[in-house]
Amino acid sequence: MADLFIGDDIADDVEIAAVATVIGSPTAIVHETERLVYGGTHRRHDHRHLLLPALHALQSAKGWISPGGLNHVCELLQVPPAEAYGVATFYDMFRLDESDHPSEVAHVTHVCVDAACQIAANEELIAELEANGEQVHRSPCLGQCERAPALFRQGIGRPDSVPADAVEVAEAARRIPQQGDPSLRLLRNVGVVDPTSLDAYRANGGYRALAEAIEMGPAAVCAEVADSGLSGRGGAAFPTGVKWRAVAAEQGRPKHVVANCDESEPGTFKDRIVMEQDPFAVVESLTLAGFATGAENGWIYIRGEYPLATARLENAVGQAREAGLLGADAAGSGHRFDIEIRRGAGAYICGEETALFASLEGFRGEPRSKPPFPTTHGLFREPTAVNNPETLINTLDIVLHGAQDYRSRGTERSPGTKLLCVSGRVSEPGLYEVPFGTTLGQVLDLAGPLTGSGALAAVLMGGAAGSFVGPDALDMPLTLEDTRERGTTLGSGVVMAFTDEIDMTDVLVRIAEFFRNESCGQCVPCRVGTVRQHETMVQIQAKGSLSPQRRSLVGDIAEVMVDASICGLGHTAASAVNSAMDLGLLSATNGDSPR
Amino acid sequence: MTVAPDAAVAEVTVTLTINGRAVSVPEGTSIHKACESAGIETPTLCWAENLTPVNVCRVCVVEVEGSRALVPSCARAAEDEMVVQTDSPRVRHSRKMVLEFLGSSVDLSQATELAAWMRHYGADPDRYDQPDLPAERISEEPKIQDDLYIRDYDKCVLCYKCVEACGDDAQHTYAIAVSGRGFDARISTEFDTVLPDSACVYCGNCIGVCPTGAIQFKTEFDMRAAEVWRPDEQEVTTTVCSFCGVGCNLELHTQDDRIVKVTSPADHSVTHGHLCIKGRFGWQYVQPPTRK
Repeated sequence: MADLFIGDDIADDVEIAAVATVIGSPTAIVHETERLVYGGTHRRHDHRHLLLPALHALQSAKGWISPGGLNHVCELLQVPPAEAYGVATFYDMFRLDESDHPSEVAHVTHVCVDAACQIAANEELIAELEANGEQVHRSPCLGQCERAPALFRQGIGRPDSVPADAVEVAEAARRIPQQGDPSLRLLRNVGVVDPTSLDAYRANGGYRALAEAIEMGPAAVCAEVADSGLSGRGGAAFPTGVKWRAVAAEQGRPKHVVANCDESEPGTFKDRIVMEQDPFAVVESLTLAGFATGAENGWIYIRGEYPLATARLENAVGQAREAGLLGADAAGSGHRFDIEIRRGAGAYICGEETALFASLEGFRGEPRSKPPFPTTHGLFREPTAVNNPETLINTLDIVLHGAQDYRSRGTERSPGTKLLCVSGRVSEPGLYEVPFGTTLGQVLDLAGPLTGSGALAAVLMGGAAGSFVGPDALDMPLTLEDTRERGTTLGSGVVMAFTDEIDMTDVLVRIAEFFRNESCGQCVPCRVGTVRQHETMVQIQAKGSLSPQRRSLVGDIAEVMVDASICGLGHTAASAVNSAMDLGLLSATNGDSPR
Repeated sequence: MTVAPDAAVAEVTVTLTINGRAVSVPEGTSIHKACESAGIETPTLCWAENLTPVNVCRVCVVEVEGSRALVPSCARAAEDEMVVQTDSPRVRHSRKMVLEFLGSSVDLSQATELAAWMRHYGADPDRYDQPDLPAERISEEPKIQDDLYIRDYDKCVLCYKCVEACGDDAQHTYAIAVSGRGFDARISTEFDTVLPDSACVYCGNCIGVCPTGAIQFKTEFDMRAAEVWRPDEQEVTTTVCSFCGVGCNLELHTQDDRIVKVTSPADHSVTHGHLCIKGRFGWQYVQPPTRK
């Protein structure tokens, strides 16, 4: 190429074939004159979003991304190799060193090392796997906390898989505790309706909400969603109706709706179960969001460690497209709408909406400064509404039964029901749906008695980005307002129980390490602050105490991360650690707050 | 991204309050520029006149009423009725911490401008070292791969300036990018290929924008190593590049009557501070070894 320098390494046939499955015909390459190369620079922009799928193809085919493979993709997509290398090295699932993966290995087994698995003997499992000659990769939370310790197999020359998803494992093992309960709203189809069949979904009321929405018209749908008081279920709790209306008001540019399925908050597995067990609801509600906002482009960005959910969504999108529920006249709405599915590659930060855009566009998953906000400058800098699956499927209920009915559950300021990911030392960990306002104690009661011999010491609320509460918080109603008032958060719905026989210092060291590993590295407060915070935790672990000088630093580090980081990762990176110190969960800190 | 105000177009003026004083600037002006017009100095690291703001260093943050977090003044446009504090306890704390964080993890010995700001905010990078657990630092050996310039990432603060200058903001060569993640993120070519085998065209524009000496002329690097680098004794002579007809201004830095490095003024209408390999490095003929 005239204007891009690409090195001498060339791809082999396996790599070329793998890349061809995602990029298609190589006609995008313009080899000749300056004028045509100018056209090529436009193509560079047009095709760059295929970079991540192409890197996945290389990784999957060979178990690593070789210089030749990378060069091939760069030439096809007109991406500078240095940039593509920067993108590839951003993700945990990509290897760029052949020595990491001897060719006789058929897969790499990822074992989760985050809290829920850490207290479920994951180290013993790792030792056992390694003794059996498996290549083990220590992974951040795999989103299977209800069946800790969690495993994920990244295939080489074969698809990725999760052992617990294997067909030999009885479907009963995937039962959710409340399965079949008639009061369920969001989980009503789970375990009851065949997740692989559009017909079954429709026979159980599926696509009635979309038909109703088309009848109502976009403005009325946005109004109903706004009236319902629905707020985002990812942690930030932004009003969904406000977001949809803002995107609907944008005219004259292509618009997007994105299902943020990059669920990676440690302790969170709600969206995975929704996607695996009710994928058509995700597709229907994303279509509804597209209709309501006037967006023609739907995207599903799903984390790479969710192979079953990805397969079920691909199947659902395919069947919906075949049935005319997606396409030029989606569901007879007169509105063009289709959905493309993209896999993440192991980066917690890509769940942050602007990082998700960057990742999807083929850049490093680095968050962007807001403003401008996604509703005006989102994916490809075009108006975009981003919602996670839990938020999206709520809108089906709202459209079908109306905002008033929706508000009959939950509280005035937190209407509706909430999915809670209950894990840790409880006898029935799993996904629970309860109306907002149910107390923490009631939720833990649903999940059965504590396991082990210890007493309840703490509950992690909202995941690693959330905070710990003590047993005195069992009377706390789980609403946005009550949790906020008590200095904690519902976050993404994590409720993880810890008993007093668990060494919380180990848990906190790992949480600090998690943020250190997952910081994108873009801004100084988070890039260095998470490292300094981790060093503090390591000192507590090693010495059982904190030097007075170090103690004064803890608050200083937290404050700059909260105040000056670019995105939510930095803003919340000190939250769990500080709450644990406040509660005295770390023996060294004896409960008095460093702040 | 801040849109540079164009005097001919920008008729609309916005008025904001900075540290209790009303300041009027053309619409689209950054808070940083508004502060400057009010005589308030703001530390910057990743910002430069001739580059698109990336707002990653966070050393220029200010407090804006109504905003939960502090905002980067380099990238945020001033708005009507905005109330800005540039010297509140929160601002001072964040600026001090950012400087400390950098000082505790990289070698800032050649970042002369930062030293003054570190004194100003009372930054103490040493307080992160624990008796038996020194604070982790970026630990890199200098990359010396040719005779023109060196890369010493031990000094790199990841301000992205070199990436910007190599890419969209000046050279459009894209030889380097950020690789890795978090504390392990580094500026790198693909697979860390040596520069002569990469896309690098040796324009040296990365040297021109580097604020910490992480990328520098081989001449400067060697003279520093030999302890004969004496910036105070250097003369700067402005001239015009003799290689082609574009008319790039060159600033020849000379010490003991020998050229030791070449820069171009960032505000020069032709170069905006950027040069090509000939202007940047094509001066050896003036002083070939045989003419010593």
